Amino acid sequence: MQLIRRAAVALLLLPATAFAAVLPDDRADLLYHYYDGGGVTIDGPSLLVRKKFAEKYAVNASYYVDMVSSASIDVITTASPYEEERTQYGVGFEYLRGKVTYAASFSNSNENDYNADTASLSISQDMFGDLTTVSLIFSRGWDDVTERGDQTFADQIDRRIYGVDISQIATKNLVLGLSYETITEEGFLNNPYRQARFVDPEAALGYSYQSEVYPRTRTGNAISFRGRWYLPYRAALQGDYRFYTDTWEIQGHTAELSYTHPLDDDWTFDVHYRFYTQNAAEFYSDLFPREDFQNFLARDKELASMQSHTLGFGVAYAFKPSMLSFLEKSSLNLRYDRIRFDYDDFRDLRVTGVAPGTEPLYTFDADVIRFYFSGWF
Amino acid sequence: MRIARLAAAALLLVAASGCSRFEPWVKPYERENLADPIMAWDRDPVSSSYMRHVYDSREGSRGANGGAGGGCGCN
Repeated sequence: MQLIRRAAVALLLLPATAFAAVLPDDRADLLYHYYDGGGVTIDGPSLLVRKKFAEKYAVNASYYVDMVSSASIDVITTASPYEEERTQYGVGFEYLRGKVTYAASFSNSNENDYNADTASLSISQDMFGDLTTVSLIFSRGWDDVTERGDQTFADQIDRRIYGVDISQIATKNLVLGLSYETITEEGFLNNPYRQARFVDPEAALGYSYQSEVYPRTRTGNAISFRGRWYLPYRAALQGDYRFYTDTWEIQGHTAELSYTHPLDDDWTFDVHYRFYTQNAAEFYSDLFPREDFQNFLARDKELASMQSHTLGFGVAYAFKPSMLSFLEKSSLNLRYDRIRFDYDDFRDLRVTGVAPGTEPLYTFDADVIRFYFSGWF
Repeated sequence: MRIARLAAAALLLVAASGCSRFEPWVKPYERENLADPIMAWDRDPVSSSYMRHVYDSREGSRGANGGAGGGCGCN
């Protein structure tokens, strides 16, 4: 009898990945995020609220703030430390009809020198006895780029994203995922403040700077595979791999392993390790041989040959708050990640008095914290 | 050419399976473990979308993170 009750409860709680299409639960999340690494501190709040109506319609709204205080290595060597704020709003709507979910969303991100509008549409269908969920995603972005201190500069970016996502139940304890995404961008794709470095025998340091010049188009393709396995003692193990390649000749590999371990009904612990590696863009160089050496010039460390390692931990405590009686359940969550970034061809220019191009390679560690409250109502 | 023939055969197979009654090899009543909240791809979207933003801003690769993406609007 107990087994039947458990099965009945489980059937009622089955989420979209395991059973016929359902809309997300009514839920609100209030998060505080903190990032500290490489001379950059970013923190702020984030809010996400979801509410469904008549089990057919759902709406969601989000609010997110980045408060940035930057004295990064780029800023120290070529500009002045600065502070700024980025605010992002988002709204979304979902409609469930049979086994098909239609979704539309819009978001706006704004800071004093950058504005980005993004609109997305997706359609998702459960098929083959609800073992398979296929989603098609299209997203369009319009960015306006300006530059502090230069009223005459204004440019734009047009972005299109086409994606396919497949989630497949493989066995009673294993679910698999496959995602493919193409991202095309056209417009002003570099950062107007960032500088390229070239050998200059006339300069005291032996090198000088000039503005970066990027191609005005970029098309990237990413494909990822993932599997999540339910372990016999009620825990979950997940492996992810992603391959990325683009027309700037960057190729990136991302691999991640994560483990989730619940303790009783109240506590859930997570641990994960992520590894990332990429080669440099074809027009990247830490030090060009002379000024205007080639048509396109970049010294952005995001385009350098690099690796990152992340080790992260998370703990969640579920409880029923007596003061907030309208909540069915809630949880307090703390997640911490330590990320190490190592660059193969981006040098630390805070070190002077050595021959240009022989400075030590740059490396830094970042601490990332998320502390959030989730309530289901 | 061989790949095109294989793709056409795969499409035909998928289309044909849509016409017949499909018997799932994992029955709905066998999905109790998969329905456990610890098996969700993305248990806390507010946290995972933030981490995507952290990586997208500092690495050259983007996209195919699973589920609806949309980009972070950052440069």
